[in-house]
Amino acid sequence: MSGTKQIFLTVNGETHEVSVPPRKLLVDVLRDDLHLTGTHTGCEHGVCGACTILVDGQPARACLSYAVQMEGHELRTIEAMAADGELKPLQRALHEEHGLQCGFCTAGIVMTFEAYLRDNPEPTEDEVRDVLSGNLCRCTGYQNIVSAVLKAASEMREEAQV
Amino acid sequence: MALDKNAPETRSFKVVGSRPLRPDGIDKVTGRARFGADMSAPGMLIGHILRSPHAHARIRAIDTSKAEALAGVKAVVTRADFAAAPEGMEDVLDNCMAGEKALYDGHAVAAIAATSAAIARQAAKLIEVDYEVLPHVTDVDAAMAPGAPALHDGRSDETVPDGYSANVMSRVEYGHGDIEAGLAKADRVLERSYKTAATHQGYIEPHACLATMGPDGQADLWCCTQGHYMVRNTCAALLGMDQGQLRVTASEIGGGFGGKTTVFIEPVALALARKAGRPVKIVMDRTEVLRATGPTASSSIDVRIGMTKDGRITAADAELRYQGGAYPGSPVGMGSMSAFAPYDLENVRTIGYDVVTNRPKQAAYRAPGAPMAAFAVESAIDELAKGFGLDPLDVRLKNAAREGTRSSYGPTFPAIGLEATLRAAKDHPHWSAPLGPNQGRGVACGFWFNFGGDTCVTLNVTPDGTVTVTEGNPDIGGSRASMSMMAAEELGIPYEKVRTVIADTGALGQNEVTDGSRVTFAVGLATIEAARAAKREMCARVAKIWGIDEEAVIWEDGAAKPAGPNAGDYPPMTLAEIAAIASNTGGPIAGHHEVNAEGAGVSFATHIADTEVDPDTGATRIVRYTVIQDAGKAVHPAYVEGQFQGGAVQGIGWALNEEYIYGADGILQNPGFLDYRIPVASDLPMIDTVILEIPNPGHPYGVRGVGETSIVPPLAAVANSVSAATGVRMTDLPMSPPKVLAAVQGQQEG
Repeated sequence: MSGTKQIFLTVNGETHEVSVPPRKLLVDVLRDDLHLTGTHTGCEHGVCGACTILVDGQPARACLSYAVQMEGHELRTIEAMAADGELKPLQRALHEEHGLQCGFCTAGIVMTFEAYLRDNPEPTEDEVRDVLSGNLCRCTGYQNIVSAVLKAASEMREEAQV
Repeated sequence: MALDKNAPETRSFKVVGSRPLRPDGIDKVTGRARFGADMSAPGMLIGHILRSPHAHARIRAIDTSKAEALAGVKAVVTRADFAAAPEGMEDVLDNCMAGEKALYDGHAVAAIAATSAAIARQAAKLIEVDYEVLPHVTDVDAAMAPGAPALHDGRSDETVPDGYSANVMSRVEYGHGDIEAGLAKADRVLERSYKTAATHQGYIEPHACLATMGPDGQADLWCCTQGHYMVRNTCAALLGMDQGQLRVTASEIGGGFGGKTTVFIEPVALALARKAGRPVKIVMDRTEVLRATGPTASSSIDVRIGMTKDGRITAADAELRYQGGAYPGSPVGMGSMSAFAPYDLENVRTIGYDVVTNRPKQAAYRAPGAPMAAFAVESAIDELAKGFGLDPLDVRLKNAAREGTRSSYGPTFPAIGLEATLRAAKDHPHWSAPLGPNQGRGVACGFWFNFGGDTCVTLNVTPDGTVTVTEGNPDIGGSRASMSMMAAEELGIPYEKVRTVIADTGALGQNEVTDGSRVTFAVGLATIEAARAAKREMCARVAKIWGIDEEAVIWEDGAAKPAGPNAGDYPPMTLAEIAAIASNTGGPIAGHHEVNAEGAGVSFATHIADTEVDPDTGATRIVRYTVIQDAGKAVHPAYVEGQFQGGAVQGIGWALNEEYIYGADGILQNPGFLDYRIPVASDLPMIDTVILEIPNPGHPYGVRGVGETSIVPPLAAVANSVSAATGVRMTDLPMSPPKVLAAVQGQQEG
């Protein structure tokens, strides 16, 4: 129990020096030490996806790794998504399509599809449902989330053509 | 100013019925929204709860000395740190912190506050609890049998007949007519038994709270809850405080569905904060949520229905047995009242038994008690209809309750929408669409009461002419949007000029919990009345300015206008113009309304489900699904559709996958989202929705509740569909692949 380790965590482009117990989960350090509470803990075993962040651009569950493992990696959380004040297409689409009710799962969904739509700009509805199956939502029945992702993908394709 | 207060308005609406953007949307897509676990305080400690590893055990002694001696531990509490609970609240306290006995796997027995979560967890391992393990029971029928291990002795009330164990707490009966005489007129009497498993509300946000208490006893509590006034009142009672000394603020809530209508960790956090003299935060993990917060009841139901060959129900009888966990209070009463509510029956009876078992105390779950009852009744009606070769929608139409029907639970219905949902189902393209191989179609109806209750709203007009609605119900289904819409509608100003905020418990009078689909109805009614009060005040101010009679000023299109003998004498004064000079005409302008809202309108739904069952694995896929429901008046149709879809999908999960699984040792075997599987996106097709609007005469705009009815029909709709696909009648939920496969293979062998 005793002992902490000084580490440098690079989150949303800024490097933070934090002192953490070796077994403290990344999600807890993000939330407790860096006060980035937009990343949520829903199940602590990688199923619900509410804690999804980007590690070197790839979606990862912040509840499944220790903070000390993250030195030297680029982390991005939901707080980086509209940092310049402008919503990303998926954030805008989730808002406009009522792709959320309680909103607890929303950040994880934004982060999952931030990576997915970058790599897969023309997903089908089935593909979106398949990817979305890694994020649990208990409120919506998923329909409006699927619609929002498809709408965002379409807008991103149009933007890319301009 | 004259206002027609009682009649639902038949006029066209300008704001109500539109689909404005949600006011909480930006915060939720950017991570800014603050949920239960997102609050901190200076000097904050982390609380952790030690839970029973036994299903049933007497607590002979608890030694906390080693835990207290651990560096970083600032307080340890057990039941001894709580005063005796006031009458009627003993079970609430005992569920939050066990007294003489641990009654289920996961029951709280002690709690620690420490400077870190790791230290608190380590301290929990140092607490020595001397348990005397007792025999346990987790199945409802086993718990009722004479000789079953008893959780509480001598608590059964006088309604329970002889021949049952001490676990049967009470018996209820509803109905009218003569069952046996009715059955004698039937061409066929179907008798079937059904079982449903306990399921959890499954909100993604675990329970979380932050408690602070000063040495003077003044306390603040931040928590995710469906009712912070309930939290205040309950915690104050359990801690021996004045309610006025405890201010509770509701965080954003990450789902509740009924499960956050009671307290679990909140009194414990306050007790730790009191003892440690420092703020204490407790956040449950998922295992704790599943082991120790309320799932719904599991049920065992017998149904007898008599039907003539042309589809008329001659008598309907059901016995419902619900286990609600370790304390009395399963929703068997509401199950018994709702079971046959969709039908106009001459002879009807339901008998319900409330049973305790060694499981966590059940909490409300969306239309509590109704989905299981509807599963049994709607399955039986389906089987009878098909046996006679009748269309199941026609059979339901033939027996449907309508205006003037004496309901199975007593009241006579006013205007209701069941028939309209059934006709809409018949007309829907889904009903006549072709089916593929191994596919079947099922239909079922559902009913929910909807509630009103204590409600308090303040509507403040700001000096710049914008409006704040202050209400006391956590926004769980979009109520900030719908209140702003109703206020804007009533005041005749744009939706964007109104912001609705959820007040803490110091700001308003008592507000009933966000439950019973009551908020859009009751808080909406209070919001409309508060807006009307503000309009009356503004008309009075303007009458004074103009020097004319108050009755000669009317409110129209967001402005006061001269009317009657003074019509046209003065140019209208807008809300913003009146607000700007309010200080000179008598001071700030606000409207209030306080009410125990009556007149909630019951709501009905009909669902159509298509499933495809894989004959090799027994796995069921939902191919197509349609929800048709009467909303009364859909204030924000996108939110209404969201409620329809969300409720239907929870019901689909209940039908197909979700269940609490207990081993012979009474330990919950699947306390995590990996093994307690809620529906994921790829399990589901688009859930189609049809909103019908049969106005509720008890609301100024005709609003009924919409949040709960949508979970009532899916269990039976899916079961009837699986039956159509396989030819086998499934009577035991969930219809998990192994069960369906065994049933299909059994039929082939049989």
